[in-house]
Amino acid sequence: MLDRTTEFIRRQNRAPIHEALEKFRNLRVVPFDVPGHKRGRGNPELTSFLGQQCVSVDVNSMKPLDNLCHPISVIREAEILAAEAFGAAEAFLMVGGTTSAVQSMVLTACKRGEEIILPRNVHRSVINALVLCGAVPVYVNPQVDRRLGISLGMKVEQVEQAIREHPNAVAVLVNNPTYYGICSDLRSIVKLAHDHGMLCLADEAHGTHFYFGEDLPVSAMDAGADMASVSMHKSGGSLTQSSFLLAGPNVHAGYVRQIINLTQTTSASYLLMSSLDISRRNLALRGDVIFREVRRIAEYARAEINSVGGYYAFGPEMINGDSIFDFDPIKLSVHTLDIGMAGIEVYDLLRDDYDIQIEFGDIGNILAYLSIGDRIQEVERLVSALAEIRRRYQRDKTGMLSQEYIDPQVVASPQEAFYAQKESLPIEQTEGRVCSEFVMCYPPGIPILAPGERITKDILDYILYAKEKGCSMTGPEDPNIERLNVLI
Amino acid sequence: MDLWFSEKHTPDVKLSLRVERQLFSKQSDYQRIDVFESCEFGRILALDGNIMLTERDEFIYNEMIVHVPMAVHQGISRVLVIGAGDGGVVKELTRYSRIEHIDLVEMDPMVVDACRQYLPGNACQLDDERVHIHYENALKFIRYCENEYDLIIVDSNDPFGPSEGLFTKEFYGNCYKALKEDGIMVNQQGSPFYQQDADAMQRSHKRIANTFPICRVYQAHIPTYAAGYWLFGFASKKYHPIDDFDSKAWNDLHMRTRYYTTRLHKGAFYLPAFLEEMLEEVE
Repeated sequence: MLDRTTEFIRRQNRAPIHEALEKFRNLRVVPFDVPGHKRGRGNPELTSFLGQQCVSVDVNSMKPLDNLCHPISVIREAEILAAEAFGAAEAFLMVGGTTSAVQSMVLTACKRGEEIILPRNVHRSVINALVLCGAVPVYVNPQVDRRLGISLGMKVEQVEQAIREHPNAVAVLVNNPTYYGICSDLRSIVKLAHDHGMLCLADEAHGTHFYFGEDLPVSAMDAGADMASVSMHKSGGSLTQSSFLLAGPNVHAGYVRQIINLTQTTSASYLLMSSLDISRRNLALRGDVIFREVRRIAEYARAEINSVGGYYAFGPEMINGDSIFDFDPIKLSVHTLDIGMAGIEVYDLLRDDYDIQIEFGDIGNILAYLSIGDRIQEVERLVSALAEIRRRYQRDKTGMLSQEYIDPQVVASPQEAFYAQKESLPIEQTEGRVCSEFVMCYPPGIPILAPGERITKDILDYILYAKEKGCSMTGPEDPNIERLNVLI
Repeated sequence: MDLWFSEKHTPDVKLSLRVERQLFSKQSDYQRIDVFESCEFGRILALDGNIMLTERDEFIYNEMIVHVPMAVHQGISRVLVIGAGDGGVVKELTRYSRIEHIDLVEMDPMVVDACRQYLPGNACQLDDERVHIHYENALKFIRYCENEYDLIIVDSNDPFGPSEGLFTKEFYGNCYKALKEDGIMVNQQGSPFYQQDADAMQRSHKRIANTFPICRVYQAHIPTYAAGYWLFGFASKKYHPIDDFDSKAWNDLHMRTRYYTTRLHKGAFYLPAFLEEMLEEVE
């Protein structure tokens, strides 16, 4: 939570990139640079679709607008303001999604052959980073809630054990929170990591609001973590693909910038950057009020959905002080198995029959994403549609699979496995082999198999069931997931 | 003085009425509410700039949305009215002694207050003891109702504003559940003439047809609505709007009306070819 002094408000009231763009637009500078659409003139169809306002600020880096690769003026000012707003030592504007923030964070923390401790239910971007840099994952198996079939947080004692067994690991990575809103005891994990000379990294793709709301779980920077990847575009309201990477005082900012520039575009979009700037200002000035309202909506939605019967919209009552150290109250996750429907089936019905698009459905649950833009009247539609789905489709739940956490057997590092000699086999013939690619349902994008893991019968059964229920599977070279690449 | 109120029926078509003066204008939590005194149409209620009713032609709408179902189902005693905070529908309903209970669910109390003050001709029966007003979101209200009503009247605004939720499949499904086994739902179904209205009309007809075994559309001419041409949906679990229509029973009530007659009742269900085609496309 922020301490809002008058000085703070005066500073945060600025949005330097936004202001520079407004000024630049009024100058009516003649463009003999890229982008080639030249304020939209060269592409009238695009202009009419996106609007003149929008294409006229789709411009290139230049002196008055700074350059994201080496920011020294308005972008740098925006970064300093963002760092202040998030309570971080440094903030970096990211235009390649939170994926790019997570990758930069992992690439900063570890090098080839070094170990990093992390829960297995991480987003694919984390393991992608390991493929890129050659670091070796040490998985802490998350606890599982048997009824809901979801992975929980890491227990502190598990992290302690992993550190004992891998004293040379360089970092611990924590989901804060998971997709479902579950938080580990971040403060204790940060302390453990620091006591053993390790960095603590946080994937806060789903935790932007922790920095601005009241009585929410602790944010990574508040907990003393060294780096955090924050999806401003999720609950914070900026444009898709825009994100922040935050760093604490123990990390060398110049080195982080070098790492970011290894993979970052040199033509960063000003639409994305200005959206970060404006959204940061909005949250810094009004985040407390905004997220109080989102929370009220979430609590109302949970109460209404639970009164429909059959569904379980779970919330902070799950907190157990350890594997569910805290719960993000603005997450709206609903367990659907008790009406005899897989989450993914409810997800498909909501879209196809009721014109309601939710974030994802998995085997046993759905997640409706609530954020800065939600209103009660849409929540009423969602609740009524869920009530209708129950009335029309409720059936016996015998034979419904619950999501099981499958303990991975890591045989090779992700990088070794990804680049090793491999062969493609029909999926049903791969049992016992070592996979060289990812398999996951997207969303949520948490791998069922990651490169270097052994393929077991349980995993194959799960993949086939998820496919049959209609989960959209991604990762392998074969888009139909009928074949998998395995190590020779 | 030359003061005109205009409503755009499409980006390229507008209806303009000369206005004597503005009587009321306020932004509620949901919408902007205006009442005008017009030269030709008497007082006008406009929500977000769309005409909801005028004193001059409201009788067409209210008679057609009430008397058609009342003449089909002789056992109607419990009625749910959604929207209709102006009171016009309730005014027609309260003329039937067989109606024992009317729940009126209106989201916006300011509409009711404005109509009580400026449109007493419509709002005059809102204090009838059978009428129970609930200021609530209709989707929420109806979620909790099961097998309770003989008739539901959906008197909503157009589907592009705060009433959007009243044109959805989840809403119609919940209405089905709230009705008794021989219940009827009547809704304002918009206009089939201009493209955007026609698309919305088709979508809601499709959703109703997917929900109710009997689903017909009937029409009326309402000068101040888009294209002057308006549709109503008749959705029912048991009764057919013409096969089960009892003109004698209704005429025996000796109710004076200015638009509805039992002859017109039948005629209203005979639709022009283009409209039949549009409806069949989605049935």
